[in-house]
Amino acid sequence: MKAHPIKAAAFLQNEARADWHDESLWFVRAKRDKAAHEIPEWEQLRELASQIKDHTLSRLDDYLEDFERHALENGVQVHWAEDAAAHNRIIQSILKKHRARRVVKSKSMLTEECQLNAYLEQHDIEVVDTDLGERIIQMRGEPPSHIVMPAIHLKKEEVGQLFHEQLRTEKGATDPKYLTEAARQHLRHSFLKADAAITGVNFAIAETGGVVVCTNEGNADMGTHLARVQIHCMGIEKIIPQTKHLGVFTRLLARSATGQPSTIYTSHYHRPRPGAAMHIVIVDNGRSKQLSRPDFRNSLKCIRCGACINTCPIYRRSGGHSYGSTVPGPIGSILTPGLDLKKYSSLPFASTLCGSCSDVCPVKIDIHEQLYRWRQIITREGHLPRTKKWVMKIAGSILSRPGWYEQAGKTARRLLRGLPRILVYAPLNIWGKGRELPPPPRQSFREWYRKNREE
Amino acid sequence: MKTALFIPCYIDQFYPQVGIATLQLLERLGCEPHFPEAQTCCGQPMANTGCEQEAQESYQHFVKVFQHYDYVVTPSGSCAYHVRKHYDVLEQTEAVQHLRRNTLDLAEFLLQVLKIKSLDARFPARVGLHQSCHGLRGLRLGSGSERNIKEYSALRTLLNMVDGIEIAELQRPDECCGFGGTFAIQEPDISVKMGKDRIADHQRAAVEVITAGDMSCLMHLEGILRRQQSPIQVKHIAEILNSQV
Ligand code: SF4
Repeated sequence: MKAHPIKAAAFLQNEARADWHDESLWFVRAKRDKAAHEIPEWEQLRELASQIKDHTLSRLDDYLEDFERHALENGVQVHWAEDAAAHNRIIQSILKKHRARRVVKSKSMLTEECQLNAYLEQHDIEVVDTDLGERIIQMRGEPPSHIVMPAIHLKKEEVGQLFHEQLRTEKGATDPKYLTEAARQHLRHSFLKADAAITGVNFAIAETGGVVVCTNEGNADMGTHLARVQIHCMGIEKIIPQTKHLGVFTRLLARSATGQPSTIYTSHYHRPRPGAAMHIVIVDNGRSKQLSRPDFRNSLKCIRCGACINTCPIYRRSGGHSYGSTVPGPIGSILTPGLDLKKYSSLPFASTLCGSCSDVCPVKIDIHEQLYRWRQIITREGHLPRTKKWVMKIAGSILSRPGWYEQAGKTARRLLRGLPRILVYAPLNIWGKGRELPPPPRQSFREWYRKNREE
Repeated sequence: MKTALFIPCYIDQFYPQVGIATLQLLERLGCEPHFPEAQTCCGQPMANTGCEQEAQESYQHFVKVFQHYDYVVTPSGSCAYHVRKHYDVLEQTEAVQHLRRNTLDLAEFLLQVLKIKSLDARFPARVGLHQSCHGLRGLRLGSGSERNIKEYSALRTLLNMVDGIEIAELQRPDECCGFGGTFAIQEPDISVKMGKDRIADHQRAAVEVITAGDMSCLMHLEGILRRQQSPIQVKHIAEILNSQV
């Protein structure tokens, strides 16, 4: 996989577009700030949410079993998937059992993570994503660039062109209302024809065995209300203990995600409709391994609001696809290295450690601290380029020996003063790509101090 | 009270005037900080690159040099943060714990230890305040735009004590400048873009000077400003607090 800096540089080639992307996401971040500041007890809510999640993770096995028992009592069929392959196989076998060939799917980052669509298509099953953003990128054959707004990287002109080609809307049309209406009409057919509906899960309540799905478009309900079979896919970390805890999270989720007081639809599913079937697939896929890492376990508190992504100054200027992982941005950069450290070794470095992510996070994940810790592990396990490690070793030696340090500083300043510009700004000088070096002074502070305070 | 001055390596080498301003300011306020000459670097550049191991020698050296002072004051929120936060990997001897409590950024030292309420300083210019991230979110020198708590900013409090200064309002009051230590070299394109965007915000606010509590951010911004041949100057907050025109 190409490293993040290379893909980021490519994204920045079109600076005007990068600016547009940055502004669009900053707008969402600003809306989030406003919504958060309207709740006087915001910080208490965050603390509460964090503690509920910490507690739940500390006895996740018990809660998962509670959840399963209650779901079974409700007449729901529960499946356990160890990894992505098992998840896909299970879904396919459910569909086969119910002779379902046409599937509608509402937004689920888990099924993206497992690459379910491709798998089902190989097995001759038609899958239509029904979240508008997801549908757009599905038509383009692209992965999502954001977990809440999957098509945020596209301009309305591009959506207009895509719909013109695939849905026969008028050429050049860009009016969002017109385009959305076209998508609605198109999706309506899929909803009516669907045999099965798949959804993601925002919260699974151990006490009741029910699952909660939050959408703005009502597409999860359209799907599940019409199809004979409903399937809900969830990661093991979606559990919360009791219904009374739900309010803490729903108050935080939509405000953090888009600045709305709540999502338009908060749908609770407990049991199958008469004559229909309901399945829940509970997926691990590396999560229990993350749970076993003391330094990173609390990344599983994540409720996928996307706030850390919106606030990330690097994400906003490099786009979701530059991360090459299903979940981009800061949270993706602490989750994905756990799956494949070598492949994703550039992601924990795609950050200035500014800490804005940790401060917007509604469940108080110490995201930037985990980025720092991943960096240490990446070096320890030998995934830092050798030259870099070597430079750091030398730097470490010089910077801990006053004599060497002073000599090195003097030499550097003298060189910088004496060398012609063309040599100083040679292609090897990455700093000098867009920046001047500081003008080297004749005297360091310590030299001045010696002369002025010690003599 | 035995106070030591810690001057980060890049300030020592490239921005001696910031070290001088810090020292003079503290002396004017009745403090006599000592500059132990054996000091080098807190180890942050290595550690942030993932080379905590390679930084250990610097950590040990820092502890050796500074352990006998009551306070270590430094004109860098970032270095103070690094010592306080990341020296947790050292054996927590009394000396280490003492330094992790008492290594302070200049602004913290002025407001929390010296408890100054006013300053004899004058700086007649329109100034944009860059809130360096490690000071802001690491040391909590300000409330930050993310959290819903009572608004405060240590740097603003200090700047407000200066005569003649005019502080400009920015559209994004606390976005990162893109320096990030070795990030500036590892992700040069994003780093420069972030810096350009920060500068554009200050330019829209018509500032003459950009100030901050961390010279590293200003070194990055100054590099871009000079490449753009912009007349905007950068000044560490110590230089402003120490000016008497
Ligand atoms: S890490 Fe926090 S801010 Fe980021 S998506 Fe998860 S819950 Fe939201």
